[in-house]
Amino acid sequence: MGGLQKKKYERGSATNYITRNKARKKLQLSLADFRRLCILKGIYPHEPKHKKKVNKGSTAPRTFYLLKDIRFLLHEPIVRKFREYKVFVRKLRKAYGKAEWTGVERLRDNKPGYKLDHIIKERYPTFVDALRDIDDALSMCFLFSTFARTGKCHVQTITLCRRLSVEWMNYIIASRSLKKVFLSIKGIYYQAEVLGQVITWLVPYQFAHDHPTDVDYRVMATFTEMYTTLLGFVNFRLYQTLNLVYPPKVSQSLSQPWVKHILNKLSALSASLARVVATAEEEENQMDQFPTEGDQENLEAREKEQKEQEAHKRLFEGLKFFLNREVPRESLAFILRCFGAEVSWDQSLCIGGTYDVTDESITHQIVDRPNMDKQYINRYYIQPQWVFDTVNAKMLLPVEDYFIGVTLPPHLSPFVEEKDGDYVPPEKLKLMALQRGEKPDDDDDDDDDEEEEEEEDDDDGDDDELTEERNLKKMENQRAQGKTLAVKVTPGKVRPWETGSVGNRVRLEQEEKAEEKRLAIMMMKKKEKYLYDKIMFGKKRTVREANKLTAKRKAHEDASKAEKKAKKQ
Amino acid sequence: AEVFLPCRSSHQAEPAPVLFPRPPRSQLGPVSVHLTRNSDVRNTVGNIPMEWYQDYPHIGYDLDGKKIFKPIRNKDELDEFLDKMENPDYWRTVHDKTTASDIRLSDEQVDLVHRLQKGQFGDQPSRHTQIHSCSSGPIVSKMVHAIKMGWIKPRKPKETTPQYYDLWAKEDPNAILGRHKMHVPAPKMRLPGHEESYNPPPEYLLTEEERLAWEQQDPEDRKLPFLPQKHSCLRAVPAFSRFIHERFERCLDLYLCPRQRKMRVNVNPEDLIPKLPKPKDLQPFPTTMSLVYRGHTSLVRSISASPTGQWLVSGSDDCTVRFWEVNTGRCLKTLEVGGAVKGVAWNPNPAVCLVAVCFESTVLLLNPALGDRLVVGATDQLITSYEPPEEDKEQAVTWALSEGPEHDKGHRLTLTHPKGVKQVVWHGKGDYLSSVMPDNTSNLQVLIHQVSKRRTQNPFRKNKGLVQCVSFHPLRPYFFVATQRCVRVYNLIKQELTKKLTANCKWISSMAIHPGGDNLICGSYDCRLAWFDLDLSTKPYKMLRHHKKALRGVAYHKHYPLFASGADDGSVIVCHGMVYNDLLQNPLIVPVKVLRGHQITHDLGVLDVTFHPTQPWVFSSGADATIRLFT
Repeated sequence: MGGLQKKKYERGSATNYITRNKARKKLQLSLADFRRLCILKGIYPHEPKHKKKVNKGSTAPRTFYLLKDIRFLLHEPIVRKFREYKVFVRKLRKAYGKAEWTGVERLRDNKPGYKLDHIIKERYPTFVDALRDIDDALSMCFLFSTFARTGKCHVQTITLCRRLSVEWMNYIIASRSLKKVFLSIKGIYYQAEVLGQVITWLVPYQFAHDHPTDVDYRVMATFTEMYTTLLGFVNFRLYQTLNLVYPPKVSQSLSQPWVKHILNKLSALSASLARVVATAEEEENQMDQFPTEGDQENLEAREKEQKEQEAHKRLFEGLKFFLNREVPRESLAFILRCFGAEVSWDQSLCIGGTYDVTDESITHQIVDRPNMDKQYINRYYIQPQWVFDTVNAKMLLPVEDYFIGVTLPPHLSPFVEEKDGDYVPPEKLKLMALQRGEKPDDDDDDDDDEEEEEEEDDDDGDDDELTEERNLKKMENQRAQGKTLAVKVTPGKVRPWETGSVGNRVRLEQEEKAEEKRLAIMMMKKKEKYLYDKIMFGKKRTVREANKLTAKRKAHEDASKAEKKAKKQ
Repeated sequence: AEVFLPCRSSHQAEPAPVLFPRPPRSQLGPVSVHLTRNSDVRNTVGNIPMEWYQDYPHIGYDLDGKKIFKPIRNKDELDEFLDKMENPDYWRTVHDKTTASDIRLSDEQVDLVHRLQKGQFGDQPSRHTQIHSCSSGPIVSKMVHAIKMGWIKPRKPKETTPQYYDLWAKEDPNAILGRHKMHVPAPKMRLPGHEESYNPPPEYLLTEEERLAWEQQDPEDRKLPFLPQKHSCLRAVPAFSRFIHERFERCLDLYLCPRQRKMRVNVNPEDLIPKLPKPKDLQPFPTTMSLVYRGHTSLVRSISASPTGQWLVSGSDDCTVRFWEVNTGRCLKTLEVGGAVKGVAWNPNPAVCLVAVCFESTVLLLNPALGDRLVVGATDQLITSYEPPEEDKEQAVTWALSEGPEHDKGHRLTLTHPKGVKQVVWHGKGDYLSSVMPDNTSNLQVLIHQVSKRRTQNPFRKNKGLVQCVSFHPLRPYFFVATQRCVRVYNLIKQELTKKLTANCKWISSMAIHPGGDNLICGSYDCRLAWFDLDLSTKPYKMLRHHKKALRGVAYHKHYPLFASGADDGSVIVCHGMVYNDLLQNPLIVPVKVLRGHQITHDLGVLDVTFHPTQPWVFSSGADATIRLFT
């Protein structure tokens, strides 16, 4: 028989993958450059289905790239720019060594740079693709914009990040697309829906960072480089969709004429943006009526949802807020303006405050201190959590729980969607009842009542216990005597399931069903049994966790009740 | 209006008559802009750092050699600021370091500076041409050459801020990446739950023990990467120390983590459960424990029911054989034998009343004298009617007839084997009897005895492995021998091996043949029960892993489609095993009942199971010295 001998690993999956080192050699790049290229082009390793086959029989841990991806990198024009930069560095070093200062100057002026526009366009062929991937870009830009201007990265990067993030926030305000906010211990999460894409980003609290030593800032900087380009283009496009001028301009003239820098004005988040064409404020976008007959219910539901969303957008409309100086101004101003409120703050805090504390028409003042010396009667003094909870609840929550100095109710994550079987905290249940429009009971009275009842119960319980103890003692005595007595035959008891009452029958049926199921499970195939066991294990775990949380909650409530009781006495 | 920056004015336009030596670029310090004033104060100290005069009241010397004194009071920041706010000419005021005085530029001077900034000449045409030093000649020519050759390029205008435009102006919705098919988008970050809140509900906070456990865990093993914390107000929330770390880790994940598409199994677990006929529809089968036969003091190894179903015999490790009445649970007879009883077997022929008992190296044939007196008498007659053949052949076992008190106890025949006997089995007709002496080293493991002729033969010439148990085919002259891993089927007439069944298990413990003869079940010590369909294959038709521990006994019912298995987990599982006459239809196996009752003693549960010959009842004997009847 003719033909060449078939060799192993020369066909199939082994030829579709390439290890990192080989890829690097193929591209003739240093590791750092390769890494940068991968970050910029969005190339990531793939996990092959059969690792051993791809690894040519070895089981050593290796990362594999798709060969196609690496070939795709070969034609990237930016690789040439990397090489040019390398040459530039070499020349510069040489010029320094020879002390040719004019040469240094000239080289510096001709420092090669590169643009990432084409990469962005290539990675995100459509705008929606870009929006889908913007979460990380936003989080990164918000983080970089909080960095101090000391050495960790270029000052230009920081200012650019700040500019882009402020632009983004202004867009969100203008489009009123914020949906959810969450105060976590890490920072503040925001979730917005932009052109149908749900976008979540995290903003750290305003503190100086203590920069960790085990973090490679070069990697972060490369990512930021890419992200700023992306975010800039996205912002441009978004501003265009709203007919806003980009780079943004403030439309109304601020009262502080000396504030020259546009960025400061924008970051105050108090002014609305200039439009390309001065149109009337937002036209009501009504849903078109499509003549559909079949799914009338569906249509109605959609209409209702639309209405709800509109109402959510106007949540704070007509309210006038004043931020005290101790609350995080930027986030609160951002959120409040997203839902149509008027916000102001102390002039010394930041520019852009439009009215003073003394304004009589202020309805809410947001305060985060235990008490206030001077209080106005015609406004609520509330803690910042009210704003966040209200936004998440999509309705104005009662302010009583959030007054100054009051112990706050727990702040729940709006991102959790409980399935049946999951643990739902009682606060969430209460909130859901509120949303349905049910009146909450007066908690305090209720508690008292409950307590009283419980006390009674306790007494009863004690009584029961006492009687039981007595019975037990009697029984014991009898038994002790019985030992000496002869064996007695007592009439047997009829087993409960043998009497035909309805409850028993139901239980019997249930038991039968359960047994049937158990027996059927015994007959499962091995593979299916494994899968079934896995699923059931997961289910049981969730149940266990839910039970644990319930028990913990109960213990906590009991403890707090006991404490209360102790205080009363 | 822009704030004017005086430093940008260059020294080339200096109208001064004195030409100072040009300082090196790197040391470009104070720029001396000499501007005419009414009183022309000019410092003659030259281009020196003015800090040298810091500690003196004066700042230099004028053209006449007189000291120039510093102004009495220096401006501080506040003065500067006020000046900035109030002085309308602030933008055109420059500070002259050499004379320590502020100079307000006149309109012409401002104009001049503007022109220079634009790169134009000053309004006064230059009176003298610039003369280069001799040394710079070749450099200039070199530079000219380099410019001509294109080695030196003109400076590009710098873009400090990136320019954005509508990148997706001509977007093609159908455009996809070349590698789109393999593209796996990065998963989004996990959204935070309640426990990440700055003020979570109290149940999400960790207790002291949980916190300690969390701290001792490896960071990779932790379920939560952070400790939930409660802060009474937003003011008290500190910065999250691992924020940059987490962002960085996300970056690493994005470009370093291998990605793979994984299909998530989204099945309803209920759909995985096979649809079987309801046990209710498969009745009758034993469901409840109705009788417990107590009396033995040690584990009951073996039980057997009489062919009429009236009696039950059991052999135990306490060296006794007991006979029970099935319906009442009474022990009718107890016989002491000389050793722990390994096996008992009631003769299946209803016309004969004989029980085979094996202990140590003896097989004892008993006549329990239970039931019909005629049958009992006939049995005795059968045994006594034996006539020894003329020529005495050397046999592997010695047959001895019992007499005297032993005869009164019921002993009839004693077969003394050369080795310890583990099992005895009767042939369906009741004349032949087989005994098993497990021994890995010789071919003398299985013996077949004929009771009527008191003859014994060793059917095998070769040792094929440790024999676990043997059985006769109920209808045809086949003989089943189960060794550790497989079951061999021999044709006794042709004296050849017909089939070798491989049970996919480690160690067979027990075996039972379906009354139809075409099916077989094997119990094994590795918790499995193998059902063989002899017509189908030599591999098991079905492996049942119902028990949690080693199987010790299996049994078929004579009439009903039932089989049972007993195991060390103390349970007896009864299954419906329907065998159809139609050869095309495979047997239907449905577990119908799990019977519990035996206590586990010394890690042993049920040791033997057997069915009642006529009723759908099952007996089981256990290590807890009891026999139980399930009806």
